Amino acid sequence: MDETPPTTPPPGVLERMYEVMRTVTVADERARAEAKAGRMPAAFYPVRGLEGVCAALGAVLTPEDHLVSTYRNLADTVAKGVPLRAIIAELHGRLSGTSKGKAGTMHMHHDPSGLMATTGIVGSGLPIAAGLALAAKLDAGPDGRGRAVAVTFGDGATSIGAYHEAMNLAALWRLPLVFLCQNNGWAEHTPLAAYAPGTDLAARAGAYNMTALCVDGFDPIETWRVLSAAAERARAGEGPTFVECRTYRLVGHTSSADYSYMPKAELEAALARDPAPTFRSWLATSGHLTEARLDEIDKAVDAAVDDAFEFAQAAPKPEPGDIYDDVFADRAWVEGR
Amino acid sequence: MTTTTDAVEMTTAAAMNAALDEALGADPKVLLLGEDIADPSGGVFKVTKGLSTKYGPDRVRDTPIAEQAILGAAIGAALGGYRPVAEVMFFDFMTVAMDQLVNHAAKFRYLSGGQHPVPITVRTVVGNSRFGAQHSQSLEAWFMHTPGIKVAFPSTPSDAKGLLASCVFDDDPCLFVEHVALHYSQKEIVPEGDHRVPLGQAAVRRAGDDVTVISYGAQMPGVLAAADTLAGEGISAEVIDLRCLVPLDFPTVLASVARTRRAVVVHG
Repeated sequence: MDETPPTTPPPGVLERMYEVMRTVTVADERARAEAKAGRMPAAFYPVRGLEGVCAALGAVLTPEDHLVSTYRNLADTVAKGVPLRAIIAELHGRLSGTSKGKAGTMHMHHDPSGLMATTGIVGSGLPIAAGLALAAKLDAGPDGRGRAVAVTFGDGATSIGAYHEAMNLAALWRLPLVFLCQNNGWAEHTPLAAYAPGTDLAARAGAYNMTALCVDGFDPIETWRVLSAAAERARAGEGPTFVECRTYRLVGHTSSADYSYMPKAELEAALARDPAPTFRSWLATSGHLTEARLDEIDKAVDAAVDDAFEFAQAAPKPEPGDIYDDVFADRAWVEGR
Repeated sequence: MTTTTDAVEMTTAAAMNAALDEALGADPKVLLLGEDIADPSGGVFKVTKGLSTKYGPDRVRDTPIAEQAILGAAIGAALGGYRPVAEVMFFDFMTVAMDQLVNHAAKFRYLSGGQHPVPITVRTVVGNSRFGAQHSQSLEAWFMHTPGIKVAFPSTPSDAKGLLASCVFDDDPCLFVEHVALHYSQKEIVPEGDHRVPLGQAAVRRAGDDVTVISYGAQMPGVLAAADTLAGEGISAEVIDLRCLVPLDFPTVLASVARTRRAVVVHG
């Protein structure tokens, strides 16, 4: 990011990307603190390190485009435009959450934003995203143009069968799907090199006969550029693209996990590229946004995060009887058993 | 609920083919996915024969041998507004796609707070002993213990047509279980047109006073023959065909057993 690339997002998009990154950074830290303090009774999977990747994805997708994400979804959901209050309330299991408090951290759904599913099962979102992409392809106009579908997953998901079945199907049917691999270097506590014979995930993906690229996930502008092209290929009916975004998990696997097993030098090098502050410096030094404007954004983001947590912790909890809702379409039958 | 224009004699396989044909014709959002379901194969048991020729390979799609992809694609297409009917060639193969059905299809309505129902139908087949132990398991009880999935298991051609149509147009995920022994073994008059059998409504196949025999699926022909034998010995058996295991028609079963005071469950 030493020089302005030839294609840079327009100023409004840059501002939104920074706002997303800052929101995610602050909300992630707050969520871990609330979980630790016992005020948020949930297993929370930190997203620190993914801020730039997700902000770029959010800037590329329209609300009509569909997204499938994972249990590590705070950055994806914020970037896709899911209201922060609803996200944080769901993390707390409250009625005002995205799923009326019944899903918790791992299972965000928000139809108005095009967030179609998130899953707690590693790799299982990919076949579902392939189905959404099949629907998008069938809905496409006579010129083959339609909406794009994106699916996010960690590097750990590239080992499981569902991943391979979905990649094969998407390539075979030329589905309008962007496979976004958020490579944070770790499958829970096992580093990539310890579970994959080759660490070039894009090279392996290319074997499915689809376009496969690797990008520095700590470079939001480059990531935006690559994802823009991938989403455009999808919308134009030109088939799937695999994009490996290389990042690093800046904290442990869960909000309570220790991360002493992560090599100190590696972690420190990654922390030196912490996405939100790095992007902030670049925006200021390159003249895209003034310090004053960045200060305003920071203040507004911090207030919004405070507001979301206050809102969530004051929100009502589901009633015990709500457990019968939405098991089947017909609640009366479930209750009557 | 049954609307009948005419009736013809059909096998169970032909009746299911008719249900799928009519569903594809009635609703452009109905899709079929599965291994070898398109022509010229038309499915290993020929249940989908002719449908890809009639409705095109976009709507009647052959898939790789990849059950997670088949069920995942069906779930995703359902989230995208379609009504997919996925075929899993043998019930035993559901084991490799349990995650998609149990963790995702069954739970998305609940986990999304009602935003994302998954109106898929999964057709699958119980094989018989000539296929061996990995192609002949009756696994329906697993899914009865999975909240969020409906389970239908017809025993006659008419019910096969009517239950399959009800599953396709139901807003919950439905598992529709066929038995290979029933595909071509019997023929009966099957209503033409949009014939539906409501999910959760058992059928009393034979009235009786001394004992209630409760069964479903491939056991039904044997159960009815046994009831004939019992009648010859002066025992009057009432035979209930559950037809649908979730929802299960408790009122019909309980009313019968309350009267006969004896219940025999015949499970395949």
